[in-house]
Amino acid sequence: MSFWIEQTFAGLSYGGLLFLLASGLSLIFGVMRIINMAHGSYFILGAYIGVTVVEVTGSWLLALLLASLAVAILGIFMHRFFLRVLGHGVAAELPQVMITVGFLFIIQQASIDIWGGDPMIVKVPSYLDWSMEIGGIFFPVYRIFMLVVACVMAVTLWLGLEKTRAGAMVRASVDDSEMTRGLGINTERLSMAIFGLGAFLAGLGGVIGGGFIGVYPGLDFQILPLAFAVVIIGGLGTLRGAALGSLIVGLMDTFGKALFPELSYFTLFAPMAIVLAIKPTGLFGRA
Amino acid sequence: MLRVEDIHTYYGDSYVLRGVSLEVPQGSVIALLGRNGVGKTTLVRSIIGFTQPRESKGIFFKDVDITQKPTYDIVEMGMGIVPQGRRVFPSLSVEENLTLGASKGAEGGKWNLERIYELFPVLAKRSNHRGNKLSGGEQQMLAVARALMTNPQLLLMDEPTEGLAPLLVRAVGDIISHLKEEGLSILLVEQNLSFALKMADHVHVMSKGQIVHSSSPQELTEREDIKSRYLGV
Repeated sequence: MSFWIEQTFAGLSYGGLLFLLASGLSLIFGVMRIINMAHGSYFILGAYIGVTVVEVTGSWLLALLLASLAVAILGIFMHRFFLRVLGHGVAAELPQVMITVGFLFIIQQASIDIWGGDPMIVKVPSYLDWSMEIGGIFFPVYRIFMLVVACVMAVTLWLGLEKTRAGAMVRASVDDSEMTRGLGINTERLSMAIFGLGAFLAGLGGVIGGGFIGVYPGLDFQILPLAFAVVIIGGLGTLRGAALGSLIVGLMDTFGKALFPELSYFTLFAPMAIVLAIKPTGLFGRA
Repeated sequence: MLRVEDIHTYYGDSYVLRGVSLEVPQGSVIALLGRNGVGKTTLVRSIIGFTQPRESKGIFFKDVDITQKPTYDIVEMGMGIVPQGRRVFPSLSVEENLTLGASKGAEGGKWNLERIYELFPVLAKRSNHRGNKLSGGEQQMLAVARALMTNPQLLLMDEPTEGLAPLLVRAVGDIISHLKEEGLSILLVEQNLSFALKMADHVHVMSKGQIVHSSSPQELTEREDIKSRYLGV
């Protein structure tokens, strides 16, 4: 019994981490119709910057803040000076995706040049680095924290999208970006803000994830397919989809590795293939 | 108000608008007629900036060349669009659809939610419904009302009567007449000949990406040759 509870908890908290990554990926796709291939790079960059900030200042909270902001600024920079100049519409989409691939490789090499090839870990403060015992089962507090952050972000994003004017602009833009411009809304500025927000969330996920999976060369390529699985299962461009998809992938990956370690990629990607076959737009996605 | 001079617009390799020029004087309703696929919607898209012309001598709105401007700047200047197919936002409530583009506009904000709900009582009743829960007629009303909320001086209306029952066509007609009385300039794209003839001060007929006939509505009524050749009546 304790095995199932422990693994479920591990899967849910891992899902929380994936949500930080995938929600931004999904929102960016929603407003710009492109997959940001550099999204996993934002994650590792957040983690690496987090490592350095903790080393230099000793403050983990500062690392959380500075690393996420730095990655957000990088995202805004990428959008403003590289993606935006390509315009919008179907013709701009492929060049835009290729630019994000370019950034993926640049960030990959730059992080090896700066931080070297050895695995590193974002040092977690002692007040989060212990386990809580409930009914004979140990729950790592850091994972509880991860889940709480993800829930807070999910609720904040949901309220922002559903209850504010800016959120209505984002939803309109996901529905029909051209017509949104036809009502006088500067969708380029809007997508820049969303790109920055997505990068911020991925950077935040990087610092938090860097506290328990660490960070090393190649992690970008490991984490990106998980984010893809989330948005493919949940549906691109929907927050609900990102939330549900994250939990499904988190649980599937955790149980897959625990129960059938030799099949762990299969247990992760088989459900994705099934969803694709039955509902190609994902559980909550629209065509 | 609007002057389009010799625009040429392409979709990829296909050459759609082959040198179109027209004018919409202040306060007038200009109708654009023609069969499906002759380039009427492309003309509207070129004017509002959805599809920029590849070549032109200029699109002048209030004497400013807007050919290279992004759509949202053109809308800010006071141009509104009721697009073909309505394109109501399904994820937004009726009220959000209306307030999304709300702006005081160049005229200082004649249109606001209150006045819109007065003119379109059906939208007031459904203000909390999502856009995709409306009937076709209600969606059309919403598309018109949504454009008015930007407080335009020129309104581009692309087939506002498409797919509507006769009673609703008359309702749209009443609204257009009302807007005209208020001094709004309108470019009306239509397939419904009798409706366009009733509304317009001047009509243009398009065929194969060019304007092939321009006259008063009375004159077009009498020109059986033009009607049978280009409009299929």
